[in-house]
Amino acid sequence: MPRIRLCLRWGEIEEFSNAKALKGGNALQKGNIEAKQGRAGWAFVTPATVMIFIMSFYPMVEAFITSFRTGSSAAMKWANPFSFNYTRMFQDKVFVTSIGNTFLYLIIQVPIMLVLAILLAQILNNRHLMAKGWFRTMIFLPCATSLVSYALIFKSLFSTNGLINSFLVNLHILSEPYNFLGHPASAKIVIILALIWRWTGYNMVFYLAGLQNIDYAVYEAAKIDGASSWTTFWSITVPLLRPTIVMTFIMSINGTLQLFDESVNLTNGGPANSTITMSHYIYNNSFGTGVANFGYASAMAFLVFIMVAVLAFINIKVGDTRD
Amino acid sequence: MVQRRLIPSYIFLIIACFFSVFPLYWMITAATNDTVDVARGKIWFGSHAMENFQKLIQSQDLGKSMGNSFLYAIVQTVLCLLICSIAGYGFELYHDKGKDRLFSILLLAMMVPQVATMIPLFKMISRMGMLNSVAGFILPAISTPFMIMMFRQNSRNFPPDILEAARMDGLSELAIFFRMYMPVMKSTYAAAAVISFMNAWNSYLWPKVVMTDNRAQTMPMLIANLAGGYTIDYGLLMMGVLFCSIPTMVVFFVLQKQFAEGITGAVK
Repeated sequence: MPRIRLCLRWGEIEEFSNAKALKGGNALQKGNIEAKQGRAGWAFVTPATVMIFIMSFYPMVEAFITSFRTGSSAAMKWANPFSFNYTRMFQDKVFVTSIGNTFLYLIIQVPIMLVLAILLAQILNNRHLMAKGWFRTMIFLPCATSLVSYALIFKSLFSTNGLINSFLVNLHILSEPYNFLGHPASAKIVIILALIWRWTGYNMVFYLAGLQNIDYAVYEAAKIDGASSWTTFWSITVPLLRPTIVMTFIMSINGTLQLFDESVNLTNGGPANSTITMSHYIYNNSFGTGVANFGYASAMAFLVFIMVAVLAFINIKVGDTRD
Repeated sequence: MVQRRLIPSYIFLIIACFFSVFPLYWMITAATNDTVDVARGKIWFGSHAMENFQKLIQSQDLGKSMGNSFLYAIVQTVLCLLICSIAGYGFELYHDKGKDRLFSILLLAMMVPQVATMIPLFKMISRMGMLNSVAGFILPAISTPFMIMMFRQNSRNFPPDILEAARMDGLSELAIFFRMYMPVMKSTYAAAAVISFMNAWNSYLWPKVVMTDNRAQTMPMLIANLAGGYTIDYGLLMMGVLFCSIPTMVVFFVLQKQFAEGITGAVK
């Protein structure tokens, strides 16, 4: 009797220890798999992360350091006084003009474009509208042209012997061709028109996507309640699209502060630098026809970065309703 | 049946469509006219297309620039998609606190303006001897926060069951990405490819900085050269603009849905 009991106990012990070993092994294996997956996850995000650090963050730091240096690219030395590049730019008439121009484009063009885009999206969102797809495609079409292409198209259209002039002269609105790109005010207007032309459809696509997330029944209900389309627009569409509006605002500000292709190809900054943008002037100071001054160009570029960051921050704060 | 209430909408839309299509229509007609007709305000097709084309290939190396633009854009698109999709996949399906924090740091790169990084990048690329090369063109653009974000957002639609099932079958993590994730996410890849191709084809500032040799120039650079002189041959110029626009137009018309999805892809 005791023997058997013992045997049983032995067996139990053996079984028990086996089970334990097995369990321990499993845990080890599971831990291995988890570690492997963890490593895989990090490995997947590494190439992109490394590239962004090398191609965006590191150059940003280098640009900041360069912004305190001066001289031509071969023989650069620390600026004396240290903040020389930063004080210099606010006395640089062309750079101050370029800041003014960029903000002028920003203040006039962005609101017009975004309001137009929302209006078009609102109209196209109507269920009873016919040929919706055609309208959408045509309004979206300018996005298919490259920035240089459309700048050159507008340059040709508005040149002294361009189509707009011959049209206006034939209609006797103008007695002789007007040099639109040769006068500061009209050249700025042409740039603004061109920007509106190129980007309205682009922004409209965001609003259309946003409107699709709004239950159409809301609009039907508003119609039954007798709300005019104006009221519907301001009290349903705009509030519900608020996150999209904030996002398009940030993108437009970011894009406008970095305007380059249009300024270079439409007006070449002229006449007499009156339409030049910040990016264009920075380019001229580093790779353009003038004397390359990487230090000064970097300082101006850093100011652009601060503007982008500050305006994006303000926009996010204003758009954030969860307070 | 046209609803009467909608008539103002139609009028507004027709005017908007006229303004958005007309400049492109004019560009195409001008490419078929000589510069005198263009200046006279002719807005119908002419018979000088061949002549403009011949002048274009005589004055510029059109074939070379088209080839360059295609090469840069295709290589950039393929690499960008590969690097950003695998990162988006990693950030979403293997997410933990560390990766989430890293992702929000990477997003800050969206605010970095191109003019600020172009000088250090130019120095870096020229030190590595990559001026006028494909590598020099693509390196700054193959990993963008926008693309990573787009793949990260869209990876939410990837069913985690597939991941588990594939692991049960003993597939390695990398094999799961290539054999399971990529086929399922085809539509996201298509949208991302369209955006990436368009961006690469249209880019102007960076190629202008890094492509110092004429033989490495891209199409946007070529047409900008055409407009650089004192007297501009409008027929010739618009022929160049037309060539620069054909690839993006084809992409636009064939893949319009993917294009629209690609633009808004990261914000859903």
